[in-house]
Amino acid sequence: MTRRRIDWLPHLILLLGVGIVAFPIYVTLVASTLPVAEIEHGPMPLVPGTQALQSYRDALFMGSTNLRSGAVVSGMLLNSLVMALVIAVGKIAISIISAYAVVFFRFPLRMVFFWMIFVTLMLPVEVRIMPTYKVVADLGMVDTYWGLTIPLIASATATLLFRQFFLTVPDELVEAAQIDGAGPLRFFWDTVLPLSRTNIAALFVILFIYGWNQYLWPLLVTNSASMTTIVIGIKTLLGGADAQTEWNIVMATTVLAMLPPIAVVLLMQRWFVKGLVESEK
Amino acid sequence: MQRRVIFRGKLLPYLLLAPQLVVTLVFFFWPAAQAIWQSVHRQDPFGLSSRFIGIDNFTQVVTDPNYLHSLVVTAIFSVAVTGIAMALGLLFAVMADRVLRGAWFYKAVLLAPYAVAPAVSGVLWLFLFAPGIGVVSFWLNAIGIDWNFRLDGTQALVLVIVASAWKQISYNFLFFLAGLQSIPKSLIEAAAIDGAGASRRFWTIILPLLSPTAFFLLVVNIVYAFFDTFGVIDAVTSGGPVNATQILVYKVYYDGRIALDIGGSAAQSVILMAVVIALTAIQFRFVERRVHYS
Repeated sequence: MTRRRIDWLPHLILLLGVGIVAFPIYVTLVASTLPVAEIEHGPMPLVPGTQALQSYRDALFMGSTNLRSGAVVSGMLLNSLVMALVIAVGKIAISIISAYAVVFFRFPLRMVFFWMIFVTLMLPVEVRIMPTYKVVADLGMVDTYWGLTIPLIASATATLLFRQFFLTVPDELVEAAQIDGAGPLRFFWDTVLPLSRTNIAALFVILFIYGWNQYLWPLLVTNSASMTTIVIGIKTLLGGADAQTEWNIVMATTVLAMLPPIAVVLLMQRWFVKGLVESEK
Repeated sequence: MQRRVIFRGKLLPYLLLAPQLVVTLVFFFWPAAQAIWQSVHRQDPFGLSSRFIGIDNFTQVVTDPNYLHSLVVTAIFSVAVTGIAMALGLLFAVMADRVLRGAWFYKAVLLAPYAVAPAVSGVLWLFLFAPGIGVVSFWLNAIGIDWNFRLDGTQALVLVIVASAWKQISYNFLFFLAGLQSIPKSLIEAAAIDGAGASRRFWTIILPLLSPTAFFLLVVNIVYAFFDTFGVIDAVTSGGPVNATQILVYKVYYDGRIALDIGGSAAQSVILMAVVIALTAIQFRFVERRVHYS
């Protein structure tokens, strides 16, 4: 094929896409560096100001008049981090062992259990809001990390992914382990777990983001200021109709809420893309 | 599918399954059963007494003009979000598949919204469109549009659609790109040699081969628009003004949590459950077929 000029059209369209995606994020970044008066008397300038340090310090440690007293963004960040990590690690842990049981053993009711896990795909939190809340309330888990995380850590998707992968582990490997006298736990720990590293990394990214971005569930099960997650905190900061919105603080908080999951996606892009495309099959 | 070589163990497999099963039973099956039970009973708001009323809750829900309105809003919302997010995702994927230089940059930026929470995406767009403050609302005023989504229901719906679609572009982009890259290059080159131009190749070869991906994404996007957009609605409009953006999931939450209509909310939950089950079934039937062909 003869050498052609660079085809500009795709670049033009992609730059438009980059614009659509980046513009709201950019404006938020800029707003977090401006004094609140400059935002309120809009239109706000589109170049960064000099108040960044103050906005972020206020958001992180001072709290805001619109927040339930005692809530500061640093505390919310911690809650979100705990929630995202417990959900990601918990989901991976309980899914990998249940998939291991279903694939590497034969026992009565095996398929019944498998289908029970599978069916949870069809019961997202959103369709059983009130009864699930009631169960958590009856167990005394409202306003605790337990209530925030445990009800979300059953995962059909992760179990299915691990099952799919375990079915491809060669029989020879299992036989060799058995000849060497390794029991099922030894084989899991020494062979299956190391082989699953890529899958675990991919799932971790997806589930970390899933946990961090939860909205409806924390809205239901947390009441106290000290248990608020950052995504919920932003909504509280926006305040009611009568309250004055401190936009610079809201925007700094929004940036802080986006930063960790975006960092995780960008840093682990390779695993994430592979994992996402595979786990949804 | 089964493995040939397995381990022996009587108690161990049950122990390994136990954590997942306990969580599933306590937080999935029991509440789902409760929702079904509540949907056929009438309860006072404090849960002190209840009596069986059959399908009364359901008849009440489906004849309630507010519910029918919410149904229409949900339909418009889902079609718009799915359409916009898929069209843009496909457009950017096709373009990203054609460039060599800078592809990594485009990919990295276009992936970012995937990591942003729906509620946060709502706040980003809320800030751009906030009357009297937002950059875009000033532009709109400048070209003569009287923009105030807090008063105008149509404008509010447009805003939540934009915020929800924006977040979903990444996902569609990613899957369309993976789909495009799995199409054999020889097929496209053969068509090019036969004299088919770029647009002809796209419509007659690439698009048909992408249709499995597109169908999968269609289901995923509808599920997203139905359920995951709760955060967008709550953060941006809280269902208002005058229920203009009250999608079904938001109504379940509002009726159950704020209006304390337990039976009505449960009946709505059961209806939504039927929707999810139908969508999941469609998706899995399709996946099965695809596996069969390949």
